[in-house]
Amino acid sequence: MNGLLSVENLQTEFHTEEGRAVAVDGVSFTIAEGSSTALVGESGCGKSVTAMSIMRLIQSPPGYIRGGRVMFDGRDLLSLGEAEMRAVRGNDIAMIFQEPMTSLNPVLTIGYQIAEALRVHRSLGKREAWEAAVRMLELVEIPDPAERVATYPHQLSGGMRQRVMIAMALSCDPRLLIADEPTTALDVTIQAQILELMEALREKTGMALLLITHDLGVVAEHCEQVLVMYAGRVVEQGAVADVFAAPAHPYTRGLLRSLPRLGGSGKRLATIPGMVPPLDRLPSGCRFRDRCESAEAACAASDPQLQECGSGRTMACPLWCELGSLAATESRP
Amino acid sequence: MLAYLLRRVAGFVPLLLGITLISFLVIHMAPGSPVELMTDMNPEAGPEIRQRLEERYGLDQPYHVQYWMWLKRIATGDFGRSLSSDARPVIDKIKEALPVTLLLNVLSLFLVISLAIPIGIYSATHPYTPADRATTVFVFLGFAMPTFWLALLCMLLFGVVLGWLPISGLKSLDYETLSWSGKLADRAAHLLMPVTISAITSLAGLSRYMRSSMLEVVRQDYITTARAKGLSERAVIYGHAARNALLPVITILGLSIPGLIGGSVIFETIFAIPGMGRLFYTSVLMRDYPTVMGILVIGAVLTLLGNLLADVMYTVADPRLRKR
Repeated sequence: MNGLLSVENLQTEFHTEEGRAVAVDGVSFTIAEGSSTALVGESGCGKSVTAMSIMRLIQSPPGYIRGGRVMFDGRDLLSLGEAEMRAVRGNDIAMIFQEPMTSLNPVLTIGYQIAEALRVHRSLGKREAWEAAVRMLELVEIPDPAERVATYPHQLSGGMRQRVMIAMALSCDPRLLIADEPTTALDVTIQAQILELMEALREKTGMALLLITHDLGVVAEHCEQVLVMYAGRVVEQGAVADVFAAPAHPYTRGLLRSLPRLGGSGKRLATIPGMVPPLDRLPSGCRFRDRCESAEAACAASDPQLQECGSGRTMACPLWCELGSLAATESRP
Repeated sequence: MLAYLLRRVAGFVPLLLGITLISFLVIHMAPGSPVELMTDMNPEAGPEIRQRLEERYGLDQPYHVQYWMWLKRIATGDFGRSLSSDARPVIDKIKEALPVTLLLNVLSLFLVISLAIPIGIYSATHPYTPADRATTVFVFLGFAMPTFWLALLCMLLFGVVLGWLPISGLKSLDYETLSWSGKLADRAAHLLMPVTISAITSLAGLSRYMRSSMLEVVRQDYITTARAKGLSERAVIYGHAARNALLPVITILGLSIPGLIGGSVIFETIFAIPGMGRLFYTSVLMRDYPTVMGILVIGAVLTLLGNLLADVMYTVADPRLRKR
């Protein structure tokens, strides 16, 4: 599949005093033009590092992108010069972050911060950019945009600030928006509003979306493709409907099982035992084997790679591949 | 804003009263009196003369009466006359010394700011590099070196060995005969060494402060946002980071305003600069009460105004502090 963004065997590592930690270890995936992809997994599994690597915003030192390619629109972003990469950031690929309370500069007006991207990438003059910023605020449904444009971040609520972040990200019509847990820090009613807004804007502009989240409900509602990451690797990939109907990898099944359900039996919520292992203390063989309920002796011997497993799905567990694809075909009406 | 300013200035009145009362008591209770200093070495001055002098200066009254008299005079803007042999009005003596000290210290502060802030930003954006370590060593050398020693070494090198700069005073003997540009050059030559040396010795504090403040700011989320927008590193550092990093530095600058009028005794003595430091020192030695009190009052007023100015600058620089 030739998509808009194609990450191939990406490797990012951090050098710490205790040694090297490979946070992203051979991640590959493709995002089609205008599609929406979810990147899910527990905290510390490498979701954000993957996103930051795509943007080449890994702080270095201590972080280094060691290998792989990030093909965007026919160019390998990892081989671009710094100035060329700047022309991509905020222009072709934009990003919004988890913490709207701290992601905006407290001493600059929101209008200035939105206009800045337009001035850099579209070479707009001060006044034109300011007017464009007002239109962007209108687009993200902020009331009284003409007045709000001159306010400072501390004068806005968390939800409003995230709208400002979205306005800033979308100001240059990016073809890909990376949203790193955009609603985690917001309360539930605001979360829904922000997600609906992003969905509506995506339909309007035709941009692709890479949504990093650990909220599987959000994935089911807003995304087409899902990538499940565990300990720096993608362990399962496929269409959201397929994966949710018949999760193949034991980790994905564990994640889905740990969701509370309406009309549930009232028993304790299922959890995956243990925690994501520290990157310098990964088990041999399959990285998930310590926590896996179906681990066998063979799991310690070989490191399972992603393999085709049903239509358009890949998965990194040889034990469940066949079972998973079976279940997938069964569950289809 | 105006109401706020008026409220703050009104708050100064009790503060000033407290400051002057304590200073008045401390200086008057210190052993020795101006009358003793004037008469001790004079064989002709007997107890009568002493008594007459004490009456003349009002020193025979109890402290609270003296303070009240002083307060009544100061309220009309009258700082009194110096008790030293020239007996000139205190205000004239301060008027002569203050501009000298102020000029020297303001120039020095400007030099410190214009060096320390770039040094701090550079160190913070290139942390733990050889250049960062080198500037650290340099600023701490300046900090650790005794001012008088550095001053003497510089006078020896630039004044005596090389003969480039005058070594003391504020103007040459032929100053009055020079054209205005010659006067300017003469003044600059005399100021160059004192200003630079006093700047070098106080570079460390501000540059280190700027560095740590900047290191703190570049880790913030909004810096990542700015980079994700595609801004150049320059725009990120100077447009987004430096403005935030400067906020705490304003406090330091506000606190340094009183230092601008203080002047340093050692420094002014070495360079033979007739500034506030020397005036205050000689006045204290002479128990010249009116001059000491005059300097303290003006110092206190300027300190309070400096604090107010720092607060106002703060609200200008940080929108979060502005009233909505």
